[in-house]
Amino acid sequence: MAASPAKIIYMDNNATTRVAPEVLDAMMPYLTDYYGNPSSMHTFGGQVGQAITQARQAVADLLGAFPEEIVFTSCGTESDSTAILSALQTFPEKNHVVTTRVEHPAVKNLCDNLEIFTGRKYHTTRLHVEADGTLDLQRFKDSLTDETAIVSVMWANNETGVIFPVEEMARLTKERGILFHTDAVQAVGKIPINLKETAIDFLSLSGHKLHAPKGVGVLYVRKRTPFVPFLNGGHQEKGRRGGTENVASIVGLGKACELAATHMVEENTRVRALRDKLEKGLLSSIPKALLNGHPEQRLPNTANVSFEYVEGEAILLHMNQFNICASSGSACTSGSLEPSHVLRAMGVPFTAAHGSIRFSLSVYNTEDEVDFVLEKMPAIIAKLRVMSPFWEENK
Amino acid sequence: MWEYSDKVQEHFINPKNVGEIEGADGVGNVGSIACGDALRLTIKVDENQVITDAKFKTFGCASAIASSSMLTEMLKGMKLEDAKKLTNDDIAKALGGLPKEKMHCSVMGREALEAAIADYTGAILPMAQGEVICECFGVTDLEIIRAIKENTLKSVEEITNFTKAGGGCGKCEGRLREILAETAEGLSPLPIGVKKEKRMTTLEKIKKIEEVIEREIKPTLKKDGGDIQLKDVDGDFVTVALRGSCAGCHSSRTTLKEYVEKKLREQVLDSLIVEEDR
Repeated sequence: MAASPAKIIYMDNNATTRVAPEVLDAMMPYLTDYYGNPSSMHTFGGQVGQAITQARQAVADLLGAFPEEIVFTSCGTESDSTAILSALQTFPEKNHVVTTRVEHPAVKNLCDNLEIFTGRKYHTTRLHVEADGTLDLQRFKDSLTDETAIVSVMWANNETGVIFPVEEMARLTKERGILFHTDAVQAVGKIPINLKETAIDFLSLSGHKLHAPKGVGVLYVRKRTPFVPFLNGGHQEKGRRGGTENVASIVGLGKACELAATHMVEENTRVRALRDKLEKGLLSSIPKALLNGHPEQRLPNTANVSFEYVEGEAILLHMNQFNICASSGSACTSGSLEPSHVLRAMGVPFTAAHGSIRFSLSVYNTEDEVDFVLEKMPAIIAKLRVMSPFWEENK
Repeated sequence: MWEYSDKVQEHFINPKNVGEIEGADGVGNVGSIACGDALRLTIKVDENQVITDAKFKTFGCASAIASSSMLTEMLKGMKLEDAKKLTNDDIAKALGGLPKEKMHCSVMGREALEAAIADYTGAILPMAQGEVICECFGVTDLEIIRAIKENTLKSVEEITNFTKAGGGCGKCEGRLREILAETAEGLSPLPIGVKKEKRMTTLEKIKKIEEVIEREIKPTLKKDGGDIQLKDVDGDFVTVALRGSCAGCHSSRTTLKEYVEKKLREQVLDSLIVEEDR
């Protein structure tokens, strides 16, 4: 709590984002005066229902979807679990799931433990990725079988920003009568999405990754896609997700989606240029620095750079001295003892995996901030390398 | 975010004694880049067996760097005899504590110290001689047992926090549980009514070790043309010299561990660790 918020240089937007001031303004009435239950019969509650309807429309517009296809949930993880478990119940005779080695834990850990959650045995194909983090489409095609119930592939990777060709993959999946889910938590708001033109059945998104508050998410469920609810209870969300609506956050998410639509061009021009400047600057001013992930097929805001022979947590804590916020794929930052499963799947060597730093920008970042980070990073890395027993022999 | 003490932060941001001593008397290398942390400790020892200088190079997180820095500060001016008795807990305490998931950083410091002292005295590192239980991080049963005993660990999770064992693929979890159960059995207080055995004095211990070597071990080795001589007893560490055909025999390590150590543990004290004098 010591650091003043004004001085924070926040480059950790793939972890979470600041709530946009416009979003907070939109939410406030629903945390104060308009506290009614949207399910109530009186006008006082009913008007709250209208706010949810508007928010649903805004989300649908950003995704190129119909409002009826939007189900509000509590988070991205709930959306992921709902979609995958729904598909498995839709096809009880099928016992195969296809996913990738680089999914977010919300999908990865679910797919690793399907037997615990369903009481049935599943065979799971976890697709390999190439050294640049991309997927091989032919290998994906070959993985689909008559036993496959669902394919779950993220739209963009949270650690590297690498974008997967999910539209093409969904089309190939559809041809085989298999359901397709994508965890688009990192993609929504950063790259244009038009679900009407795809064959995607389920899409997950999370509010706090696009300047709405934490605790609200969405599951997109395509019209006519069979669906089994995860949370049973009241008739909310047309019986697809029980539980009284998190009204203020839903309203906030609607506002955030409107803002994301207006910021889409800036995200892909100004933010991309800032990211490129940061990335090129780091790679040119610091020896033995490597980019993780495909250089082009990537989100415009994410740069994942490894600094060899130093460890990520140590780098982050030095950055923290200057109030620079980012993330690392090192073992120590996660509390586990192994470095990022994403970087390991890409075959990033240990010398680099432990020293990976993810910078993820947003429209709130400025060029001054990028310059400041570029000024501070070389000395931080140099200081840690002097300490590293591996640096002298490898520099 | 980890909750690091002020002391940890201080030693991380401005670490003391970074570097390598040229012409060091003892060098200890532990860890690896694959494991995510590694430490090279170099020490200088004078003719009075006092550590006059210590420097480190560490690859690792804030607590690994802070543990190394604190260790070198503690070592400077310390008698070698006292340094041998330093434990990971001493390092952690000097730092004002470490998050429990980070205790292995202090263990790494202690292991580097042992390695550096072993390098100086020419002794073999006892801990490395055990059976490797955790293949991901190369942790031996001896290291695990010692961590359980010294820190009264009660769960597999705690073993992982202190030694990293079990923190990778997790295949060794079953073995860790067994070791924990076996070790804890030895540690548990005796049932009421059973008279607790009186602690042996060092003198008694040495006499008993000598007796077992002369009475049982020597005659057996002599049958194969070998011989053994007791060199030193320091705490639980028993240093012996193998002579005759045992010296340089490729299975001498097996002899040492499987036979000599086993006999001494059975008949003298079950915490004894036998090492070879070289």
